[in-house]
Amino acid sequence: MNCPECDANLNIPDDAAVGEIVSCADCGADYEIAKKEGSDIELKQAETVGEDWGE
Amino acid sequence: MQKICIVFDRLRTEEKLLQTQASEMGYETSMIDAKITRFNTDSNKSEYDFGDVVLERCISYYRGLHFTACLEFLNVPVINSFEVSNTCGNKMITSMLLKKNNIPTPKTYFSFSAESAMEHFEKVGYPLVIKPIIGSWGRSVMPIKDKDTADAIIENRQVTDGPQDRIYYLQEMIDRPPRDIRVITVGDQIVAAMYRKSSGGFKTNIALGAEPEICKITNDIEELCLKASKAVGGGILGIDLMEDKNRGLVVHEVNNTVEFKGLVKVAEKNIPKEMIDFAINYIRK
Ligand SMILES: Nc1ncnc2c1ncn2[C@@H]1O[C@H](COP(=O)(O)OP(=O)(O)O)[C@@H](O)[C@H]1O
Ligand SMILES: [Mg+2]
Ligand SMILES: [Zn+2]
Repeated sequence: MNCPECDANLNIPDDAAVGEIVSCADCGADYEIAKKEGSDIELKQAETVGEDWGE
Repeated sequence: MQKICIVFDRLRTEEKLLQTQASEMGYETSMIDAKITRFNTDSNKSEYDFGDVVLERCISYYRGLHFTACLEFLNVPVINSFEVSNTCGNKMITSMLLKKNNIPTPKTYFSFSAESAMEHFEKVGYPLVIKPIIGSWGRSVMPIKDKDTADAIIENRQVTDGPQDRIYYLQEMIDRPPRDIRVITVGDQIVAAMYRKSSGGFKTNIALGAEPEICKITNDIEELCLKASKAVGGGILGIDLMEDKNRGLVVHEVNNTVEFKGLVKVAEKNIPKEMIDFAINYIRK
């Protein structure tokens, strides 16, 4: 799977789950795994840090 | 066998640890993404997979709080409850509850306009710590040491002029070592404690790079934290304390969606297990 932003190869661990964030090592973009069925993986833009994020 | 549901908006190590732990203990689990879950005023519990009890773990405070309201509307048991989330999410309400319950806490000043905040600065003097009433990870928590800084910060708030900007929460600066203490409480149990050593700056949040170091749970810490937990309504909580050089321990805030991925590696107790046990007992009661 390639980075939608910069086309670099995205390293998605096998045990990654829907809802997890993967970051592109090349351009730093963050993606959320939207769907994962075997090798069928869909990504969406990850949310950016909000003013109400945290503990 | 009971089913435990974990509601998230960003699947982090913590949520995965909780799920793995619950499965290992033989419970069924469901993972529900708050961002893609819809409700309406006719919604019924049976249309969802919330199981017997929900651990609400959203990283976004407002999302988690309102999702909790929906769960309670459907009569789904949720940890923490809306009331507890609402209290802990708001530093002003928390400070008041701590004080009302005779828990040592920094003296804190509340005002509701720029002029009135300036008067607090003039009457009380410097330094004071300003904090947004809702916020985390040390965001916009600032030590104010002189009038120039106070003027600048107040002016900036008048420019951004969000609903929170008109509420001024000013706190005495505690004379403490360059660290604070984070305690995780689960119900009436202390589960783990750590020192958070500042990486150089004023704030000691792990999110800002502070070093975690295991902290011995003294009777003093235990007693204070259990009182603080009770004061805010109980549940799964992260209690922050400072070591005031004059007064001893003071509690300055209670966190509602506690992070524990660092602490889990050094804690004696199995943190996720304590949380799952608590969730199960919560529905047995
Ligand atoms: N009154 C204070 N005196 C000294 N240090 C403080 C005070 N209040 C906060 N701090 C420092 O700032 C950090 C963040 O403040 P806190 O109230 O816990 O807000 P947050 O919710 O953003 O973590 C604390 O962990 C502590 O290191
Ligand atoms: Mg804190
Ligand atoms: Zn990229």
